[in-house]
Amino acid sequence: MKVGESVRRSDGPAKVRGEFVYSSDLNAAGMLWGATVRSPHPYARIASIDTSEARAMPGVACVLTHEDVPGENLYGLEIRDQPVLAFDFVRYWGEAVALVAAEHPEQARRAADKVRVSYEVLEPVTTAEDGKVLRHIKIRHGDQQARAEVVVRGTYEIGMQDQAPLGPESGLAIPDGEGGVDLHIATQWLHVDQQQLALVLGLAKEKVRLTMAGIGGAFGAREDLSMQAHACMLALKTGRPVKISYSRPESFVGHVHRHPGTLTYEHGAGRDGKLVFVRARILLDGGAYASSSTAVIANASCFAVGPYECPSATIDGIVVYTNNPPCGAMRGFGSVQNCYAHEAQMDKLAAALGMDPVELRIKNALKTGSQIVTGQAIDGPVPVAELLQRVRAFPLPSRAAFKGQGARSALSVTRRGAQGQGEGLDLPGGVSNTTHGEGVKRGVGYAAGFKNIGYSEGFDDYSTARVRLFVQEGKPRVEVHTAAAEVGQGVVMVQAQVAGSALGVNDVVVLNADTRVGSAGSSSASRQTYVTGGAVKAAAEAVCKRVLELAESELASDLRIENDAVVGPDGREVTSLATLLGDAVIEETREYRHRQTHPLDPETGQADAHMQFAFAAHRAVVDVDTELGLVKVVELATAQDVGRAINPLAVQGQLEGGAAQGLGLAVMEEIQVKDGVIRNASFTDYLLPTILDMPPVKMDVLELGDPNAPYGLKGVGEPPTISSGPAVVAAIRAATGREINRVPVRPHDLTL
Amino acid sequence: MRVSCTVNRESRTVDGVWEGESLLYVLRERFGLYGSKNACEQGECGSCSVYLDGDLVCACLVLAGQANGREVVTVEGVDAGKIQDAFVEAGAVQCGFCTPGLIVAAHDLLRRVREPDDTQIREALAGNICRCTGYAKIIQAVHVAAR
Repeated sequence: MKVGESVRRSDGPAKVRGEFVYSSDLNAAGMLWGATVRSPHPYARIASIDTSEARAMPGVACVLTHEDVPGENLYGLEIRDQPVLAFDFVRYWGEAVALVAAEHPEQARRAADKVRVSYEVLEPVTTAEDGKVLRHIKIRHGDQQARAEVVVRGTYEIGMQDQAPLGPESGLAIPDGEGGVDLHIATQWLHVDQQQLALVLGLAKEKVRLTMAGIGGAFGAREDLSMQAHACMLALKTGRPVKISYSRPESFVGHVHRHPGTLTYEHGAGRDGKLVFVRARILLDGGAYASSSTAVIANASCFAVGPYECPSATIDGIVVYTNNPPCGAMRGFGSVQNCYAHEAQMDKLAAALGMDPVELRIKNALKTGSQIVTGQAIDGPVPVAELLQRVRAFPLPSRAAFKGQGARSALSVTRRGAQGQGEGLDLPGGVSNTTHGEGVKRGVGYAAGFKNIGYSEGFDDYSTARVRLFVQEGKPRVEVHTAAAEVGQGVVMVQAQVAGSALGVNDVVVLNADTRVGSAGSSSASRQTYVTGGAVKAAAEAVCKRVLELAESELASDLRIENDAVVGPDGREVTSLATLLGDAVIEETREYRHRQTHPLDPETGQADAHMQFAFAAHRAVVDVDTELGLVKVVELATAQDVGRAINPLAVQGQLEGGAAQGLGLAVMEEIQVKDGVIRNASFTDYLLPTILDMPPVKMDVLELGDPNAPYGLKGVGEPPTISSGPAVVAAIRAATGREINRVPVRPHDLTL
Repeated sequence: MRVSCTVNRESRTVDGVWEGESLLYVLRERFGLYGSKNACEQGECGSCSVYLDGDLVCACLVLAGQANGREVVTVEGVDAGKIQDAFVEAGAVQCGFCTPGLIVAAHDLLRRVREPDDTQIREALAGNICRCTGYAKIIQAVHVAAR
């Protein structure tokens, strides 16, 4: 199993048979179920909490409120501002106020309904313009008084998107009987959970041990604590194992979302199409608590202009506190919102200049050595122009065929309908059979985007790997142990491939992640292949070095390991690894850090704040039923530089799946919040792309090699989610001629 | 109440079932068959797809009592080795939470249509939400399994 090979998932067989144990599948003897009492108000003062009735309900083992939080009743990823259980005020609809543990989950839910919380309801702040500033990023790059021959302006609104991982927030806390607790949990970062839990529970870190349970997707939703502290508190209080598993409606208030925003842009360019300046005000609604808002707004600001050269920029990125649901990390992390705006602006500029939109982008594309608006020069390959050229070069789905399809389906509806098959699936409206092609217009749109890989602004971003080599049943085996979260992206295979490549051993086992090994950092920011891959590589190479030292002291010089054997310079086997090692166990642990980054200057936003940049471009082809405002995305095409594809099969999966989430925000996904209350907290009302909505994705995967990165790789996971949606919206604009300034695009935006 | 049914060709009986429990809850928490997943519990995502007397249903939408005396086949008992292999081979599995439901739904499709085209696959699997893959490799896997 080597780097660069398409390998099957080691957890695949268990997953397809239903045997893989996700966090919601856990159980233990004597287990209780936890339920959470949540605020029915977006903003209120808690006058009193009466738990007596709840305590008397059947099956109830305990009821907890803020008075029972053993340690500090505040947590948070960047700023500790969020109570584990609300104690004075509730600041968003659905905030946790009390907990119940009972024998049956329904008993727990019913008892939760009997916790009497007396609220003094207050007027919530529900519009970002009225919010309190949490962080204001100022980027002042180049001439602040720059003027240009052609200026275009626009204001763009982005709806609140949900990560909607299919696995609910869930986990099992088991008290150890000695005051400590073992938590089995699906999280993106075990050690940051552990650190926060130790403070909240008032325990030493060693007393709070975390073991990864199967993760049913994450996409940012598992960065913050959800039920972790709650389950631990209930378990410590009752002395029994406690499981909490959120329902889907509860999940919508149990994790942070992608920030909704209003982005006001002004682009200035010369007649030649070269950008002269960009001025932007980006306002994101962070909701009630900080979560990772401070980092999201930094990204939204740093990449506000998109992957283009721009000599002067004035960017004000502002994220505010309101009483809306808290927002934080979601795939793309700030670079999604701004991409809708800068790409709409580029199209607007192209129209104003009478230029082709792709040519305009290519003319301004970042290149190796270009500075972005933070003043940071980008090293390594920066193939923005090439990516755009490649997506443009894919043959378009033929219009003639499209017309033919329309005609065919019109004729064949009855016949096919009788067979229960839907030919009209290819048209907007699908099986609803709302058009036979009349009123349907086709459009093609382009977008490019970029973002940082890894944590920025001076964060100590590292991962730890322990690699152990020993002989089992006559064969060498490698065990890799890290705390990296396998959220579905395939980091478990990356670790196996890296160790296999570095050590030349065929049998590589990746142990389950837990806190018995050092931190791997988060499965966030497209960083895990880079950073944990780097750590595994370093540890495996250290093991390899010791093996070769051992071999060279006994046998010969200039050796290497290949295919479970030590071989000489001529490739001939000198000894088998099994013989050389005997009973010896060779183990090495390494921490891997990417290169240093620096904080943004508070007045100018200038700094080398980012470690690596990843780029992608998309082309979308859509059909729009202009009478009903229904959109069918016909095809997506993408090109992305992944540096080096460690597992090409998994890379394709990231490009396809990431594009689906981009498409979702463009045309259907929005958490509807009215007066601080979520109106569509279910999969019935929050629309996710189905297999009927998602078109084929044509792709060009470039492997240009980043000289700074392990194996030359780049983070892969997020760029597909950045420019896919903006390309869809550009295509809808092209099809309809409408100025669309809001996503998701709704039918009435296209018809009224 | 007592619920008796056949699950994966084995007769099972459980006492003390609360009347509001879904078939999904009973399969998971009382029979220990956690393969059927609890993603939306509203019949929207298909992650809990099982056969009930040979019909493809969402176990979350079936009351446990409705399954009394009937035959249930879950992902643990479905004869879908070829489909399961194809899903792993094609890269159709990422987080895998939707996968058990998709395996059962794909099995249902392939017993009705031996070699479905893309459109038929899309229509048949439209009730199964996958958040990770973008579906391309799922379609590919069903084609591979159908060969």
